[in-house]
Order: sequence, then structure tokens, then C-alpha cells
Amino acid sequence: MNESRYWIAERRGTLIAIAVFLAMFVIYIANHPVGLTANVAQTAANKGVLLAFVVVAQALVVITGGIDLSVGMVLVLTNCIASWIVVGTPMQTGLGVLGVLGSGILCGALNGAIVIYGRLQPIITTIATGAIFFGLALILRPYPGGSVNEDLADAMTGQIFGVVPTSLILLAGALLVLWVPFRGSPLGRGAFAAGSSEVAAYMSGVPIHRCKFAAYVLAGLFGSLGGLFLTFYTYTGEAAYASGDGYTLWSIAAVVLGGVSLYGGRGSAVGAVFGAFTARTIGDMLFVFDVDALWQPLLQGVFLVLAISIGAIALLRVRNRLDWFE
Amino acid sequence: MSDFQQQDRPGFVEAFKRRFDPAVATAFACIIVLLLIGSFYSSNFLTATYLIQQMKVAAFLGIAASGVMLVILLGHIDLSIPWVLTAGAMMACAATGFGPVGTALAVPAGILTGALFGLFNGIGVAYLRIPAMIVTLSTNVVAQGLMVVYSGGFSPQDSASDAMRWLATGVLIPGVPNAILVWALVAVAISFLLGRTAFGRTLYGIGNNERAVYLSGIGTRRVVLLAFVLAGALSAFAGVLLAGYASKAAQSMGNAYLLPAIASVVLGGTSILGGKGSYLGTVAGVILITLLQSILSVMQMPEAGRQMIYGVVILAMLLAYGRGPRSV
Repeated sequence: MNESRYWIAERRGTLIAIAVFLAMFVIYIANHPVGLTANVAQTAANKGVLLAFVVVAQALVVITGGIDLSVGMVLVLTNCIASWIVVGTPMQTGLGVLGVLGSGILCGALNGAIVIYGRLQPIITTIATGAIFFGLALILRPYPGGSVNEDLADAMTGQIFGVVPTSLILLAGALLVLWVPFRGSPLGRGAFAAGSSEVAAYMSGVPIHRCKFAAYVLAGLFGSLGGLFLTFYTYTGEAAYASGDGYTLWSIAAVVLGGVSLYGGRGSAVGAVFGAFTARTIGDMLFVFDVDALWQPLLQGVFLVLAISIGAIALLRVRNRLDWFE
Repeated sequence: MSDFQQQDRPGFVEAFKRRFDPAVATAFACIIVLLLIGSFYSSNFLTATYLIQQMKVAAFLGIAASGVMLVILLGHIDLSIPWVLTAGAMMACAATGFGPVGTALAVPAGILTGALFGLFNGIGVAYLRIPAMIVTLSTNVVAQGLMVVYSGGFSPQDSASDAMRWLATGVLIPGVPNAILVWALVAVAISFLLGRTAFGRTLYGIGNNERAVYLSGIGTRRVVLLAFVLAGALSAFAGVLLAGYASKAAQSMGNAYLLPAIASVVLGGTSILGGKGSYLGTVAGVILITLLQSILSVMQMPEAGRQMIYGVVILAMLLAYGRGPRSV
């Protein structure tokens, strides 16, 4: 095999995710009554980016071989925090943004500390911390309300030069500043190694605890970016249990669509982003094809089942039946 | 000869030591602590009436938790409880709309609905080898979608049949509500299944090492499938009883059961990685969670505080006795 084939084999999941998204988005736009205008792109981008932040957070934890069922609640909590503190003069707003991101980091660090140093299973840990985060959100916002610096919010959800959605730039910037350095650093490579085989990574001298902890912290940060963006998008804070639950569900689905292996060690944030865009396009397609609102939840579920069943095709390639039980 | 047998059979103390599980003991100790705390807040916390009332509430959770326990013993998980439970309740109530035959078949109809969703989970996990978390999450979405289509987005108007109400609220033996009896029956059945049948031993085996069990010539996929079917049926049965208790089904009745069901299994000492756990522990976990909820409501704790205390207590207890091995 020459270099380019290695390159493709390593990124197969990500490339498939991009292809699937492009195919679905083309169908969506072709059937859209208006077509691809700057405004349609802006709306699609805003919704997609919102989910994408949460999905990247989920992907970071999944890559270490864990799962984060609290990611939707981190979004809800940071949304409620942002609706209090991201207001006022540019200086105050800036400090507010830092505060929101800091609280996301704290959430991620709490999850990571309990899972890694407390040695509890990620599923049950994040269900429990999710309850705590939701409780905090309810204390902050018993009723929906609050506000946000609208100049900043409009800038972040608007367009640049009247064409490019700002939200896409924001997402790309976040990935460039956070994901790319992490992926290349010893910490990031260690997180992948720990997800692939924790024992082998440990034997090779990888500081697996530190690497996994960094991934959880970064996941919290991306979760809070999602919460911040939700506040920009809605101008309010709301402690809605169903919404947090829904984001958690779709983050897992989108991670799968984005080619990130749930067994850990494989995947990329870029794949996760396109998984998120695909998940959003599924919802939008139902709208464009004028499906009865009552049937939409069911059809979304059916799409979800079909999408995850695709992974089962790998079973056909298994040469030894014992490999079923990995 | 008799000497030989005497040596071979462990003494009572040894047998007790061997079966003694520190996690189950801690869970029961926590129950006693909760009862003491509760008695400070309200004088009738320790009365028989109140405790029986609590056991009745615990019965619904206990039945749902029994199903989850089977799946967790395999090393899998069932996140489809909320809407499978609701679907069971709604279908049972819907059956009563079909005259006397439907009314008679209401309870089986509800359970069958759950078993079908369980079958779907089982096929995905056992035969398609998709991670259980993903399969059951999407089953939950599909079940929700089906129920939204069925009910038009509102709570359905059909009410529970008399049999459902009797099972949930009737009193067959004076002083003991039927819901507790039903839970006791389920408990005996599950204990028998786990301890005395090949199916039960296989569950533990698969939880420890599915490859080894498969190489021993057991069709592990069928066992996994059956465990998911049972789990679905039990979730739906809990829904049927709840509908009988409230005399009708409601949209979000299942949401309050996912976290408690999993938490009570895990707090009862069952390893979430599978292969280890006893039903007695699950009973302890269910009572523990129910008492905790009851104390929080006696304290008139607002929803926010309830959620937080809930999360903190689960984490604290697991950190105390549910930590994983030092793997590397």
C-alpha cells in the first residue's frame, strides 16, 4: 500500500460521513421550495453547528472508549448560565463568555475525575452527573427567560459578507484551535490509544489517565460552546429536560453517522461534525417533503434505526465467528 | 462415607460467608439509615401503613428493574424503558376499547407489546451486534414515534381495565396490596430463573465471557435475545400496572423510571459490566431509591434539589462500594 491508500483507510469513516451528508443535502436543497439562498444556508448552518458542538463533545469521550450521557445537560446548564452572564458592555460580555466556557470545563473535569480516578463506569456516572447538571440548571432558570448580548448573538448567528454563515466560521475556528492541536499532541494520541486498547497503551508507557482526562475536559468545553451558541440562537435560557435528553440522544446517533467507533479509538471531530449535519438534514428533509408532524418522530426513529444498522454490514466481513463477541 | 459428605458440604457459617456480598449489605445498611433520617422529618415514617404504601410504590420500579437487571447481567443495557413502559400501558388501555374480549386481553396485550420491542432490541444486539446502548436508544425513539402517531400527541382517552386496576390497587390478602404480591411473584420467578435454571447460569456466563460460553456449545445469541424480550415484557408490565394505578396511560409516564431502574440495579451491587449480581441486591436497590424519593418529597424538596441530591447520592454510594478494579 502506498501512502495515499493509508491516508484514505484511516479516514474512511470521516469520508463516508462527508459523502452521505453531501448526498442528503443535495436532495434536501433540490426539493426546497426556495433553493440554496444565503438565508437557507444560514438557518441550516445555525441548526447544524448547534448540534455539531455537542456531537464533537460526545465524539471526544467516545474516542477514549467511554460515553457521555450528560452532554445534553451540560448544554442546558451552560445555556442557563449564559443567559445570566453574557450581557452588558463588551468587557462584561467577554468575561461572561469565559465564565460559560469555564463552567463547561468544570463539568467535563467532574465527569472525567469520577470516571478515571473514581473508577466508575461512564454510563452510570454521566447519567448521575447529568441529573446534577440539570438540577443546577433548574435552580438558575426555574422558568425560561434571561437575555444575551444581542449584538454578539446576531453577529455569531448571522452572515459574513452577506453570504457565508458566521456559525460555520465559528465551528471551523473552534476545531482549528482546539481539535487539531489536541489530535496531534501526545495527549490526543494517547486518548486514541487508550480507547483502542487501554492495556496496550498503558504497557507502551502512555499516561492514559491524563490523556483521557484531557479528552473529558475538552468535551465539557465543546458542550459549553454548544450551550453558548444555543443562547445566541434563542436569546434565552431554559432548563428543558426533554431538550437536553434529545441532544444527548442525537449526539450518540450523529457520532455513529460520523464514523466514530463506539468501541473507541477510531474517528475524528470532522466526521462527527458531518454526522451532526446529516442528522439535522434528516429532520429538515421530513419538513421539506411535508410529512405530517405527527409522523415525524416515528420517521426520525426509523431513519436512526436504518443508519445504525448499516454498521452491522461489517459482520459479513467477519471470518471467524468468535469475532462476533468482541 | 458419611464423614466424607460432611467434609464436602460447607458449614452454615462458611456458606453464609461465601454468599455474603458487601455491596448488598451496604445497600441494606443505607436503607436503615434512610429510615432513621426519615423518622426525624415525620413521625409516621416508621408506621406500617406508610411503609406498606412505600413498598407499593416500589413494586412498579421493582418490576421494571427486574428486566433491566437481566440485561445488565449480560453486560448490556436497556435505555428503552421509558417508552416501552408507556407503550405497554397505552396498548393495554387501548385493548379495553375492544369490548369484553379486549378487556380480558388488556394485560397480555400490554405485555406482548413490550415483548415485541424487546425482540427488536434483542435482534439488534444479539444478531446484528450493534451496541445495546444504541439499539435501545433508537427503540425508545421508535416506540415514542409509534405512540405519538397512535395517540395524536395527547394522552389517550381509553381507561384501564378492571383487571389492571385490581392488580395495581386491589387487596387480595388483607393488609398487603396486590402490587406488592405481583412484585413478590416476579421476584420469586426471577430468582428461580437466575439461580436454578440453565438460562440463568448462561446469563452470568455471557456477562463474564461470551466467547467462552459460545465455545462451550451454547447458543449465546438466543439467550441474549430472550433476555431482551423478557426485559421489554417486564418494562411493559410495570407500565400496565402503573396505568392500572393511575387508571389511565399518560404521555410521559415512563420518563421517571429510566434512571431509578438502572440506579437501583447498580446500587444493589450488580456490576454494570455484567456477570455479577444478585436479585436480593436489586430488591435492596429498589427500596433504597424509593425511600430516597419519598424522603425528598417529605422534605418538600423542589425538583432542582431532588435531581441534584439524587445524582450525588448515586455517585457517593457507587464511589463507596461500586468502584471498578484497578484495571491497569
